[in-house]
Amino acid sequence: MARTSCELAIIGGGPAGMAAAARAAALGVDTIVLDEQPAPGGQIYRAIETVQASRADDLRILGEEYAEGAALAAAFRASGAAYEPGSVVWQALEDGRIGVSCNGAAHMLSAQRILIATGAMERPVPIPGWTLPGVMGAGAAQTLLKACGLVPDVPVVIIGTGPLIYLIAVQFARAGVPIASVLVAAPEIGMTDALRVLPGALRSGRTLLKGLAWRSELRGMGVQMVHGVSQPVVEGSGRAEAVSYTQNGMRHRIAARLVLLHNGVIPSTQLALGARCKQAWDAGQHCWRPQTNDWGATSHARIAVAGDGAGILGARGAASLGRLAALDAAVRLGKLDPARCDRMASEDRSELARQHGLRVVLDRLFPPAAELLAPTGAGDIVCRCEEITVAELQDAVTQGCTDANRVKAFTRCGMGPCQGRMCGAAAAEVIARMLHQSVDQPGQFRVRLPVRPVPLAELAGLQI
Amino acid sequence: MKTRAIVIGGGLHGTSTALHLARKGLDVLVIEKNSVGRHASGVNAGGVRQLRRHPAEVPLSVAAMDRWLNLDAFLGPDLAAMCEFTGHVGQVAVAETEAEMAGLAAREAELRGLGWTHEELLDQAALRRVAPALSPHCVGGLISRRDGHANPYRTSQAFRLKAQREGVRFREGTRVLGLVQAGAGWRVETSDGAFDSDVVVNCGGAWGWQVAAMVGEVLPHVDFAPSMMVSARVQHFLDPVVVGTGRKLSFKQTENGTVVIGGGILGIPDLVAETADPVAERLVESARTVHDLFPIMRTATIVRAWAGLEARMPDEIPVIGPSTMVANLWHAFGYSGHGFQLSPIVGSLLADLIVDGKSPLPLEPFRAGRFNEGPVAAHPGTA
Repeated sequence: MARTSCELAIIGGGPAGMAAAARAAALGVDTIVLDEQPAPGGQIYRAIETVQASRADDLRILGEEYAEGAALAAAFRASGAAYEPGSVVWQALEDGRIGVSCNGAAHMLSAQRILIATGAMERPVPIPGWTLPGVMGAGAAQTLLKACGLVPDVPVVIIGTGPLIYLIAVQFARAGVPIASVLVAAPEIGMTDALRVLPGALRSGRTLLKGLAWRSELRGMGVQMVHGVSQPVVEGSGRAEAVSYTQNGMRHRIAARLVLLHNGVIPSTQLALGARCKQAWDAGQHCWRPQTNDWGATSHARIAVAGDGAGILGARGAASLGRLAALDAAVRLGKLDPARCDRMASEDRSELARQHGLRVVLDRLFPPAAELLAPTGAGDIVCRCEEITVAELQDAVTQGCTDANRVKAFTRCGMGPCQGRMCGAAAAEVIARMLHQSVDQPGQFRVRLPVRPVPLAELAGLQI
Repeated sequence: MKTRAIVIGGGLHGTSTALHLARKGLDVLVIEKNSVGRHASGVNAGGVRQLRRHPAEVPLSVAAMDRWLNLDAFLGPDLAAMCEFTGHVGQVAVAETEAEMAGLAAREAELRGLGWTHEELLDQAALRRVAPALSPHCVGGLISRRDGHANPYRTSQAFRLKAQREGVRFREGTRVLGLVQAGAGWRVETSDGAFDSDVVVNCGGAWGWQVAAMVGEVLPHVDFAPSMMVSARVQHFLDPVVVGTGRKLSFKQTENGTVVIGGGILGIPDLVAETADPVAERLVESARTVHDLFPIMRTATIVRAWAGLEARMPDEIPVIGPSTMVANLWHAFGYSGHGFQLSPIVGSLLADLIVDGKSPLPLEPFRAGRFNEGPVAAHPGTA
């Protein structure tokens, strides 16, 4: 990476990052997009360019929502914003300094403004057996399908909640993957349920119909769906061999060599946390997110967050907030008149309001399954990096370590390479349950550089 | 009625002092503004080191080491295990040049002249035997064989639990706002109300100078934030703790395979926000030192860095003893980045000094008044 400074550094090349970059570049802002992926798209539109150009079968499998990413990617490519694929950002600071690894070397980039557009991550599903080989996130499996058309060739069991599990099941079924069962840890939601729960569902009718359509497509293809599942456990010695679960008071067990877990998605907050941007607990989405305003601005003047990283809103909302954050950056950089900014913002502000309205309905209809948030068995693993169990966390609390960071320091939970990305929420659940607190009370693990692991040799070679 | 003591600061020294005062029959309350072991006590490199101590600290350090090596007796088996202490692996200062080796030899001779023999010179072959993973360019070293390391946060909790078992009360999340003389004793004003005490001990660490200032006593105020980083797990390759001679380094591999790298690279302290940040650009120096000294680490990955808040004195040794201004106020802070190993002993000596008027080991060199008696400086060849 040749550049050492820029006006706007955008971290992440998903819908928010692509849309923000295209808008910022059009306004004359010197913009660099740092993206971990080899090509634009983020997770939701991963590999959209190659799929659209040369993988027609996969495009059909992935569906029309995925295809929407092509226009964003094309606009981004044409925008003139600098693009640094394969760049892993391991630090973003309040003063605009960014630490990034790219092509085997570490660099420092100094940006006048930073837009964090790192999107969402799957909410970890730490059920008993989740660390066995043969168990993975449903989104991770979907990523392999998008990136390289790679699909499982053994029967798959999908466990979890949320609209995405139906979508992923549909995509796999279309691709010919044998699906042994979709085990839904929630009651089946129909359109009438939705309308009874929330009049607002009317506005969201199209999306809800789509969800119903996925389910009927699955039924048409003969995929077994079991709703109202509880206490799922992945069993096996050395690898996943079976899944057991309870339904209607009865325990069931099915063979499973590949188990996909999903309990919704949550904002990826590590970079903002590392920068010490103020965070807020989002009760509706049951997760932490950075405090942001309508333009994505955080508690730090130079740092904004757009996209699902600022709160889960989906790809369309992400692109809109990305464009709004770009307008705000342009104003703050003196490249755009505030009055003109307001005029340019109106369309995306309306879209954002629409997406918020829709999201409230989805959040109400598909809350995360509480029992998938944290395991309860003494020997169940919470922190997979350091192999820390529920019992060890409980012992720390008993010894007087009564918040997340004290428990972390006492047990090493969250001290491994993922810095608590995978265990932070579950650890907080365990602590809060013990202390009879709400789950936000134990707080979040502190995050320090490097937010992503950095090879020592790269750090040694950093030019300063 | 029991004599009452309030210890300000729930770090290791505050907790140890409280424990030893309670053992002497006092009614002890520890007031801690955050939580026990939150700052330097809980986040330091965990080195349990006699090696290259300031001559004034050597008797204390040797006595402390006796306690570390008998933690079972000091804390009881369960709390001793909690500390994750490993002794007798040695701490080694490594010389990369003949000039550095000459410096280590001079240090060893000085210590021997004072009657101490726990530091031992290693030639190149002997160094290789204790740390085969070191780069072949290293010419020799100086080892203290009883030394080792412990888990600092767990140790601070073990000390707290021990103190609690012996009757010490703790108020965490309580901030001292003022010290007002009340009769022969003190009224300690806090964010949670006022507490009366006969004796107050200031173990305020990076904030110790502020506590002194509450009675108008001016003590040196330099806060600093030693930073550290840790690698992902690496196959076991090293037993002793290795420290640099010409370069800033403290390097150890823990039981679980991770390598903790420190040695005085400074982060940025923020006394107001009560936190400290490591600085990537400065950690580059650490990474280069490790790259040069331990070729096996060239393929390792750094997963986390952090920094701790600590007070540093101009002569790099702590203040331990009575206030120069007022009666029944005592200070024990300013360990300048190397107080961890001393924690089992200083609290004990200070309790003796407070209650009996006499410490079994000399504390005179640490008197608060020394800064008013002329210039002070760090002792050469020590760390």
